Amino acid sequence: MTTTLNDLVDVGPAPEPPTRPVGAGLLDPGQLWRSLPGALRKLDPRVMWRNPVMFIVEVGAVFTTVLSIAGPSVFAWAITVWLWLTVIFANLAEAVAEGRGKAQAAALRNAKQDTIAYLRDGREIPATGLAQGDVVIVGAGQIIPGDGDVIEGIASVDESAITGESAPVIRESGGDRSAVTGGTRVLSDRIVVRITQKPGESFVDRMIALVEGANRQKTPNEIALNILLAALTIIFLLAVVTLQPLAIFSKAYQAAAPDTTAVDGDGVTGIVLVSLLVCLIPTTIGALLSAIGIAGMDRLVQRNVLAMSGRAVEAAGDVDTLLLDKTGTITLGNRQAAEFVPVDGVDRLALADAAQLSSLADETPEGRSIVVLAENEHGLRDREPGRLSDATFVPFTAQTRMSGVDLGSRRIRKGAAAAVTKWARANGGHPAEQVGAIVDMISDSGGTPLVVAENDRVLGVIHLKDVVKPGMRDRFGEMRRMGIRTVMITGDNPRTAAAIAAEAGVDDFLAEATPEDKLAYIRKEQEGGRLVAMTGDGTNDAPALAQADVGVAMNTGTSAAKEAGNMVDLDSDPTKLIEIVEIGKQLLITRGALTTFSIANDIAKYFAIIPAMFATVYPGLDLLNIMRLHSPGSAILSAVIFNAIVIVFLIPLALRGVRYRPSSASVLLRRNLLVYGLGGVITPFLGIKLIDLLIQLIPGI
Amino acid sequence: MAGWLFPLTLAAALVAVYRPFGDHLYRVVTGARHHRIERGVYRLVGVDASTGQTWGVYARSVLAFSAVSVLFLYAFLRLQDRLWLSLGLPAVADHIAWNTAVSFVTNTNWQAYSGESTMGHLVQMAGLTVQNFVSASVGIAVAVVLMRGFAARGEKLLGNFWVDLTRITLRVLLPLSVLFALVFMVGGVVQNLSGGVDVTTLTGGAQHITGGPVASQEVIKELGTNGGGFYNANSAHPFENPTAWTNWLQVFLILLIPFSLPRVFGRMVGQNRQGYAIVAVMAILALGSIALTVGFETHGAGTVPQAVGAAMEGKETRFGVANSAAFAAATTLTSTGAVNSFHDSYTALGGMMPLVNMMLGEVAPGGVGSGLYGMLILAVITVFVAGLMVGRTPEYLGKRIQAREIKLASLYFLVTPLVVLVGTAAAFATGNAATALNAGPHGLSEVLYAFTSAGNNNGSAFAGITVNTRWWDTALGLAMLFGRFLPMILVLALAGSLARQRPAPASDGTLPTHQPLFVGMVAGVTVVLVALTFLPALALGPLAEGLR
Repeated sequence: MTTTLNDLVDVGPAPEPPTRPVGAGLLDPGQLWRSLPGALRKLDPRVMWRNPVMFIVEVGAVFTTVLSIAGPSVFAWAITVWLWLTVIFANLAEAVAEGRGKAQAAALRNAKQDTIAYLRDGREIPATGLAQGDVVIVGAGQIIPGDGDVIEGIASVDESAITGESAPVIRESGGDRSAVTGGTRVLSDRIVVRITQKPGESFVDRMIALVEGANRQKTPNEIALNILLAALTIIFLLAVVTLQPLAIFSKAYQAAAPDTTAVDGDGVTGIVLVSLLVCLIPTTIGALLSAIGIAGMDRLVQRNVLAMSGRAVEAAGDVDTLLLDKTGTITLGNRQAAEFVPVDGVDRLALADAAQLSSLADETPEGRSIVVLAENEHGLRDREPGRLSDATFVPFTAQTRMSGVDLGSRRIRKGAAAAVTKWARANGGHPAEQVGAIVDMISDSGGTPLVVAENDRVLGVIHLKDVVKPGMRDRFGEMRRMGIRTVMITGDNPRTAAAIAAEAGVDDFLAEATPEDKLAYIRKEQEGGRLVAMTGDGTNDAPALAQADVGVAMNTGTSAAKEAGNMVDLDSDPTKLIEIVEIGKQLLITRGALTTFSIANDIAKYFAIIPAMFATVYPGLDLLNIMRLHSPGSAILSAVIFNAIVIVFLIPLALRGVRYRPSSASVLLRRNLLVYGLGGVITPFLGIKLIDLLIQLIPGI
Repeated sequence: MAGWLFPLTLAAALVAVYRPFGDHLYRVVTGARHHRIERGVYRLVGVDASTGQTWGVYARSVLAFSAVSVLFLYAFLRLQDRLWLSLGLPAVADHIAWNTAVSFVTNTNWQAYSGESTMGHLVQMAGLTVQNFVSASVGIAVAVVLMRGFAARGEKLLGNFWVDLTRITLRVLLPLSVLFALVFMVGGVVQNLSGGVDVTTLTGGAQHITGGPVASQEVIKELGTNGGGFYNANSAHPFENPTAWTNWLQVFLILLIPFSLPRVFGRMVGQNRQGYAIVAVMAILALGSIALTVGFETHGAGTVPQAVGAAMEGKETRFGVANSAAFAAATTLTSTGAVNSFHDSYTALGGMMPLVNMMLGEVAPGGVGSGLYGMLILAVITVFVAGLMVGRTPEYLGKRIQAREIKLASLYFLVTPLVVLVGTAAAFATGNAATALNAGPHGLSEVLYAFTSAGNNNGSAFAGITVNTRWWDTALGLAMLFGRFLPMILVLALAGSLARQRPAPASDGTLPTHQPLFVGMVAGVTVVLVALTFLPALALGPLAEGLR
């Protein structure tokens, strides 16, 4: 069970549950400049082809370039330049998104360089030559040559190259802390490691590929969105191409109408036709789509989570049920003394005094918390084990199931109820009936009772409580509003589990959970059509991790767990699952919002371009020129410039993701529709008018 | 004010029948029992009524049935001079026969001919009227399959085409047609097998007064959103539509099934509110369109309307401006295409509205069946964009809208603009647009209208254009064929794809598809998509003419 980890190791002060919404990560203007060469390289049609919308723009730009050379004018060249800029801006967005991962990848590569593997049979080979199943010896100061499991020894390992966390961690053979990662450094002692990775597929290799965005697979929703965008592009292509015979017919009918930059006897000019097409097809979202995907992965990496596939990130946004381990995730991970409950006839102070004395040598978090409680509530200070002469401390053993102290004739014990009462009876005492009642009461409330006895007398009970992390209740409330059920997994008995579940505010709990129970629970949820996310670290979690739609393995966990899950949390913080869900949602919302924005923009562009094209042919159409743009040329150029610039303005948003606060679907839809739908209708009217005011000053427009 | 009475009483009547009639339709398409007559039909055709079909088999059945129908009708028209009751009329010319056969099988009822001078009574009754029934049933059946797809929980079988076809025809369309044919006869619609009588008029001129089985064809013309009139003048002819109240009833019959099908959808998916949401989108668009059409016609600018006080050109005095405009809106909002006035004579913007109604894809409420599946496809597209905006893989009624679903829905959307725009452009590029009576923007509207009507299977004509040439008959025939069956195949494929999925339960994180916000969004998406696709063409037609 996963709780063993926390039972063994003091995980230290629990991190505050993060309350800030997902976001952050500003765009540095210098980054745009540095990414420019990469953006230009992406102009290669073989690369552009993968993005159909922008490929059309590039083809259009080539076409207008040819037309501009054949019949040069200020207008033709201005349009041509801005069409090329549109393509470059789109590539820039992708290049910037990729660039953010590059630095991280470079640092990781350094960790990989020139490592030598010392095989147990005495050979020395370069780390790159290691095969699965090889056994290597790593001594103090050496770099672990590949991913594997410790099969002999124990060592402290510096994993900062991967996790960024400078505090060393313990790795030892057997158990759930046996996994080591290639590229990390052994600080002390010596371990024997069996390599589990295939050559070239180490954790670091995968991480590099991931942060660089190399071989990025499109995710299911991205594919679906691409299809929709392609369909819209085809519709607009149709609308524009079929316009030409109609325009020729209309111009011939109004033969007296003057030729303009937009329309002449041959119909709409090639330059304007391309401009109209580029303005209508969803270039904004088309340009930013892949940047959004890369940036989404990057946001996970920044939080020290490695997703093995983009699919998993999207699935995280869809999660309906979160399985969370109680210990370390919902509660602080160790029980704390909350109250001293004396039996009738015993002073509370006397109980506190005895409890504190018995715990002075107890270094477990529970023991420390008893000492602290007695200090804080009863002023029992300045007692150190060393100051007490003739004190003999009795340590806890699995057989006696109690610990305590002998102070001359005072023999004090604390421990499990059955063990301590038995001990008191053995000393000739007759513990009161009341003890059983108190013990039951504490158990019922989800606490752990520790009975304290002095010689033959039971003094009372210490109430140890599982302390729910601050803020968790609110967090689960948020989850509920987002439509996500939280389920607490615990090894506790159902009574205890129910009490803690109620206190933490989770929707359901799974008590006395075995790995099989977990697996069955996940299957049951999935059969009901729900998507399940969970965290785990032990080998026995592996089947459940593999079954879950989103399985986040802790980096401290075993290789088996890491293989089974589809994400690894380098910080090994189970609470992060909640953040992962938010990042997944934010990724989808960003795509949806920018798609809406992109399509809503088209309305204003029509009001700019249609009167510009045809108002000279049919003067009545000038009524559509509600922006009162300067001239046909300036109107069309303004629309094209707006279309290009809006990409650059939205790059930061694409990288950062739209603002996301956990709330219900209706609230989210209303907000995003208002901001990106209505905003998308209004913004281009303002933007195009503004650009028109500037460019009408250019002679020749 | 009296002009508004017409749409308001209609709306009230449709609200009243929504539940009872929708529930009746639901029972027809879900009932387990077969009537004796139906069992007889199944035995005759050789169908095992108890077996279900996958979407592929269903689609093949639809196509096979329709192909046989086209061939049969074509042969019928070509051989009419050798059959009874031909009234001495010759065989129909090959290109007109092709166009008409396709037109009636596709529920379009575009008429490249003049009924009273081209078709004998037998062809009208056994050829055209039969197709009026079964083509309507095919449309409803396909819509029902899509509903079954949404309601399914992982099944593959989506019902049996032959059962759906038989039941919808025998239990819904036929009884209502018999009933309302009698009502129409009371109203003065003719019903006989006479070849007509020759009379001498008061002024001494000779006139041929036609007869025929009109009432029996009239009801299904409206009820099945067919629109093919017995006479060339269609519902403007006093023998088809004699009085103001028969006019009201005709519009009511046009809207009856399309506006009730959302009820079937709601019941099928087990949430009536989903049906209300869909019918609300239809109602918003329909009311908006009717208001605009009536508004443009009653307040329309123009020399003649201002001189005589109303835009009465091309309208019947017994209906008036408002009721004619409302009829025009209803007939194009559905895929009916019957007319009681001449759209060509409307004010420029008033005439644009029927065009826009059809360009919406005829979804408000649309043709029988086709309107609902068109609207559900729009809802799927809306769900996709809106679903992303709430941060989940989009789901509609628990079914995930992913690559395959979006591919099918997008292709559905490509078909109509492709047919309409390519057809219109081709007419101009090849010079065939020259058969339009008018030059300039009005002529452009006439050509655009012809392809919009054919591509959307409406069948109404703007008129003012000669379309019974070989080129037009062939081109419009193809437009009708593609405009009907490509979308149907895509809808059936979508139904199959949805049916395979087990629905995911709804939660607070799921996009609610029954709330006003979503209703407004679907309406908005419909209008914006159409505006973006057709605005350039409209700008050179009715907008150029109407904006001054």
